[in-house]
Amino acid sequence: MSGGHLRTQVGQLARRSVLRTLRQPAQIVPALVFPLFLLAVNSNGLAQATNLPGFPTSSYLTFALAVPFMQGALFSVMNTGTDLARDIETGFLNRLALTPLRGAALFSGLLAGSVVLGFVQAATYLTVGLIAGAELVTGVPGALTIVALAVSITVAFGTIGLFAALRTGSGEAVQGLFPMFFVFLFISAMALPLDLIQTDWFRKVATVNPVTYLLEAFRSLLFEGWELDKLALGFGIAGMVLLVGMLAASRALKTRLVRT
Amino acid sequence: MASGEQNGRGIEAEALVREFKNGPRAVDGIDLRVEEGEIYGFLGPNGAGKSTTVLMLTTLLPPTEGTARVAGFDVVREGPRVRASIGAALQEAALDPLLSGSEHMRLQTALHGLDKAERKARSAELLERVGLSQAAERKVGGYSGGMRRRLDLALALVHRPRILFLDEPTTGLDIQSRTALWEEVSRLASEEGVTVFLTTQYLEEADALAGRVGIIDHGHIVAEGTPAELKAEIGRPTVEAVPRERADRERLAAVLERFGAAAGAPPEAAAARLESGEAELAEVVRALDAEGIAIERLQLHAPSLDDVFLAKTGRSLEGASEDEPAEAEGGTSETVGAS
Repeated sequence: MSGGHLRTQVGQLARRSVLRTLRQPAQIVPALVFPLFLLAVNSNGLAQATNLPGFPTSSYLTFALAVPFMQGALFSVMNTGTDLARDIETGFLNRLALTPLRGAALFSGLLAGSVVLGFVQAATYLTVGLIAGAELVTGVPGALTIVALAVSITVAFGTIGLFAALRTGSGEAVQGLFPMFFVFLFISAMALPLDLIQTDWFRKVATVNPVTYLLEAFRSLLFEGWELDKLALGFGIAGMVLLVGMLAASRALKTRLVRT
Repeated sequence: MASGEQNGRGIEAEALVREFKNGPRAVDGIDLRVEEGEIYGFLGPNGAGKSTTVLMLTTLLPPTEGTARVAGFDVVREGPRVRASIGAALQEAALDPLLSGSEHMRLQTALHGLDKAERKARSAELLERVGLSQAAERKVGGYSGGMRRRLDLALALVHRPRILFLDEPTTGLDIQSRTALWEEVSRLASEEGVTVFLTTQYLEEADALAGRVGIIDHGHIVAEGTPAELKAEIGRPTVEAVPRERADRERLAAVLERFGAAAGAPPEAAAARLESGEAELAEVVRALDAEGIAIERLQLHAPSLDDVFLAKTGRSLEGASEDEPAEAEGGTSETVGAS
């Protein structure tokens, strides 16, 4: 297969994925509304936390604004995985398997929908947060970096959805992962900075939870400045999840598609 | 087994087996030979092994044992070359309800590597051929079952395959949609020389379309030949009569049974399989007249594929199908008069 043909395959599958995403408001609306709703509730209810000695910012809204980017990425796991599971359930994957389609093209195409959704989500969260009064000390370059990081995390988490779909072949099973991922978010530095968490076991778990460092990467851009080590860690974790997710999904695709 | 050169556009399988983990042998050592340009009907009830066979021949499921060549290529060792030579419309029309017909065509033509200029022309040509030009921009979620099947067929043809696999293509369709699909399949075989491997649980479909029929049951091919050959093997036609007076039904049945074993019939009728063939029909009429039984209707049924299935498996195909009722039997019938 020529490189041109591979590009065509990726392009056409990406087009389908984007069209599917845009034509399913039920995928887009909850991914936009729920994180913003939780942001509003938390930034009001936990505003007094900024009075704790050592709290890194005087605006809890700014501190909490990192969380919707992670919640949006979790919606991506569900949406990407559910779409692929539906293709398996309906036999559409078999239709694709009868064409000279490459696995890489299939994954790239499917994740294109995540890129679009991730971009729309990140731009919306950031815009709403800034309108509501959140800080952004790194300015426009920081905003672009935040969107880039959010899209990277969304795509990386999307590969987990692909893996789950290929392993189970069931949309319901993929949706069953959603609460589990939310637990990872809750036992991170979601509500407080790591060094202010008083409960010993919680701090230990949050310290080893990669989600904590993804949140810190966003927060560094929002109210600390250009902390390159935190950014590198954030993008590095996203890259690692993407790599592991892709490898796992590729293996699962081989098992699922037993075409000779 | 013959080489690809000998049957380069056909299908050959030898001792093909597919055994599932902790399950039965869905396909248990079948041999097949389908010549190029032939329409081969693969007939059997649900769960007989039809779809599993199609999945193996289309490279989507590796055989457990045996060999198969499609378009001259080995389905295990030359999967990509097999796939390049075949089109398939599998059991459920696997379509994306959120995409339109033309978006499906665009995706399929691109994935098959047609160049940009050809994609549009080929899509328009096929949508026109299956009668979906007007509905091309509508989302498939709003299509009827017949429209979905026709789009499925169009998608299977985008790369001009030499062999077409159709897995129960008319299940659930109304008679008009079914007839339209039959016409297109017949045209593909007769005008374009496409080899068609068609699975069906509808006897009339196999009878109307297929040049040769293989009957599969419990993973085994129990009979194979042209519909005419298979029916001739069974040989005996059935005579069915409805008495003018309902009270005469028992006497009518007794008379008919002088000419052969009783056969299934509606409650108001009686039927028998004629031991000596249709030449006995005149004798039957004379016997009924002699007994003074007035007849409302008398019909002679030629042997059907259901009779063949019954003879080979001991069950009616209609009864063998658990999930979906089979359609009316495929034998022809002739009303010869009333007395």
